[in-house]
Amino acid sequence: MIYINGIAQISPQQPDAAVRRETFLTEVRRCRTNMLQCVEPDYAAYFHVNALRRMGRVLKLGWAAAKNCLDDAGLVRPDVICVGTGRGCYKDTQKFMFSVDENNEQFVPPSPFIQSAHSSIAAQIAIQTGCKSYNMTYTHRAFSFESALLDAMMHLKEDQQKKVLLGGVDEISENMFKSFERIGHYKSPDTDSLGLLSSTTPGTIAGEGSVFFLVGSRPAEKSYAAIRAMDTFSETRSGEEVKSRIEIFLREAGLAITDLDLVVQGLNGDAAFDRIYHELMQSVFAGLPQAGYKHLCGEYHTSTAFALWLSALVLHHRAVPRVIRLNPLPVQRFENVLIYNHYRNENHSLILVSAPVSR
Amino acid sequence: MADASDAKGLSRAALLGLMAAREAVAQADFQSAGLRTGLLSGTTAEALRNVEIYLKDFLSNDSRNEFIESQDWGHSTRFIAETLGIRGYRTTINTACSSAANAIMNGARMIRHNLLDRVLAGGTDALGKTMLNGFHALMIVDPEACKPFDARRRGLNLGEGAAFLVLESEAALGEREPLCELTGYGNANDAYHLTALSPDGEGAAAAMQNVLQTAGLQPQDIDYINAHGTGTENNDLSEALGLRKVFGENIPLFSSTKPFTGHTLGSSGALEAVFAVLALQHGLAFPNLHFENAMPETLLEPVTVLQQGINIRHVLSNSLGFGGNNTSLIFSKTGA
Repeated sequence: MIYINGIAQISPQQPDAAVRRETFLTEVRRCRTNMLQCVEPDYAAYFHVNALRRMGRVLKLGWAAAKNCLDDAGLVRPDVICVGTGRGCYKDTQKFMFSVDENNEQFVPPSPFIQSAHSSIAAQIAIQTGCKSYNMTYTHRAFSFESALLDAMMHLKEDQQKKVLLGGVDEISENMFKSFERIGHYKSPDTDSLGLLSSTTPGTIAGEGSVFFLVGSRPAEKSYAAIRAMDTFSETRSGEEVKSRIEIFLREAGLAITDLDLVVQGLNGDAAFDRIYHELMQSVFAGLPQAGYKHLCGEYHTSTAFALWLSALVLHHRAVPRVIRLNPLPVQRFENVLIYNHYRNENHSLILVSAPVSR
Repeated sequence: MADASDAKGLSRAALLGLMAAREAVAQADFQSAGLRTGLLSGTTAEALRNVEIYLKDFLSNDSRNEFIESQDWGHSTRFIAETLGIRGYRTTINTACSSAANAIMNGARMIRHNLLDRVLAGGTDALGKTMLNGFHALMIVDPEACKPFDARRRGLNLGEGAAFLVLESEAALGEREPLCELTGYGNANDAYHLTALSPDGEGAAAAMQNVLQTAGLQPQDIDYINAHGTGTENNDLSEALGLRKVFGENIPLFSSTKPFTGHTLGSSGALEAVFAVLALQHGLAFPNLHFENAMPETLLEPVTVLQQGINIRHVLSNSLGFGGNNTSLIFSKTGA
């Protein structure tokens, strides 16, 4: 069990979307371009002007959310930094690749290359905070954030005093969108993002976000939620297999299905792959209140960080925004939320989030 | 090799990785039944090579669609896991040049936390013009053979390759004899610059101090150090100062093996972990090719001639990466 003692998000939703219970996702942003882009802050508040000019967007997204999270927790310097990012600084890398060709491999400006390693997001946070200890970057599609989370959990077992900054960061790249649209990963006709979860056409919409958590082994005065357990599994062969993984996961966490108060699933409007979620809603999750989130943040490799933010705030506010509800069943208690996501049936993950103290 | 049909749309890093992973699994001769087996791999240039060749097609026509999904850093890990039937936890680390060392460290941590019984850990990377031009733009490529730790070093030589190690818990090992033990791992960050290491070697020293601590060893216990030693002005000075901080006047035998392999970036930590195992098994310390004159700042002199038949009990291996990401591992003779 680890506790979320600080939280911040930069996402396609407003920065204050969850600050107050009364306005918790009551106003939502939508798009009709199949790309849900972040509401970005004025970065001048986060960087020196000189540094800002050369800095890639994903590094700005990363540090701004990390800084807000540390501020929320009242902390200047974390002890450990664990970041997950599927695409990392790929956009800057492509910029560099084009520049290599344009310059015929002669006198290529190095700036985009300097920012091309995925690990520069976490390195930038280390530089800004002066955190010289453990620093890790995972990049494995929709396991990227989960791997960082698992690492954070191991750290808090190794040393209960530690405060771990944990994040999931990804940015949209237009080139990436174009190429993956070509092979059907994204919808071609323009789609209203708010209607995404009931879409019956192939493909999804692209999203992005930078979501950070400050986690510790003990609750703080302001603990949003606790993460009880996390598991990943790959390339399932059948819906039955997914069901049995979920049942084993809950059993090992000491819970029955009926202990769940809300299930947050990763539906993304791609009819071919949403089938798995629909099956679960009819079987193992039948009778439980259900929610979805990708109509608010789009599909991206670390979208489960957004789902964790959302679930933690649901528990914190003891309220479920109407916009995320998938069925009308009333939420009776606010004790346990299960997040289940899968990416193209390749990366499946489960995160069990609970109220920080028994209420 | 994979069947030709499986090989469709793959990256070169995935193919290199499979060759190495398959060798490691065959050598370990393990029985799968009932054990939780995972795969942790490090890579940094993986996604780029196919993009260099096909990006214009990706953006304008359907001729190279089979390669589109290889624009991804988890691509090779997934391919290796699926081909070898590794069904447990899998992930990929990209911390630039320390990626594979971090994959080995975190594979070991997962075993220690009883999350896995056995891990295939290592890394893979392939040469491409993005990395070559990138290091050129930073003016740290030596047009001739690199000479790590030499006073007149001018930069690195790029390389490519893959290496994997099978890590097992004692329970999973059973009656089989291990090649050696992974006794320590340490990670620290410079928090100094996105590419350069801190000029005083603080980060490298911290990683080495951490690894000694987790291994429960003293500096004098280390018999050979496989240095990161890329041959760049900045890396070698920072690493040498780090060595002086940790080992003082009593520097163990040390060398960089990068003149043999080139700098294989994300996989270098795994290649050098294999050299560490070979050093323990055969009592070797490898020569640091092309070294002539010691750096005036530290006067450190690496091994220049292959040392054979020496008693090597503990080998320390350094990996220092972009983003100040420093990782050290210690491999020890079983029971030493």
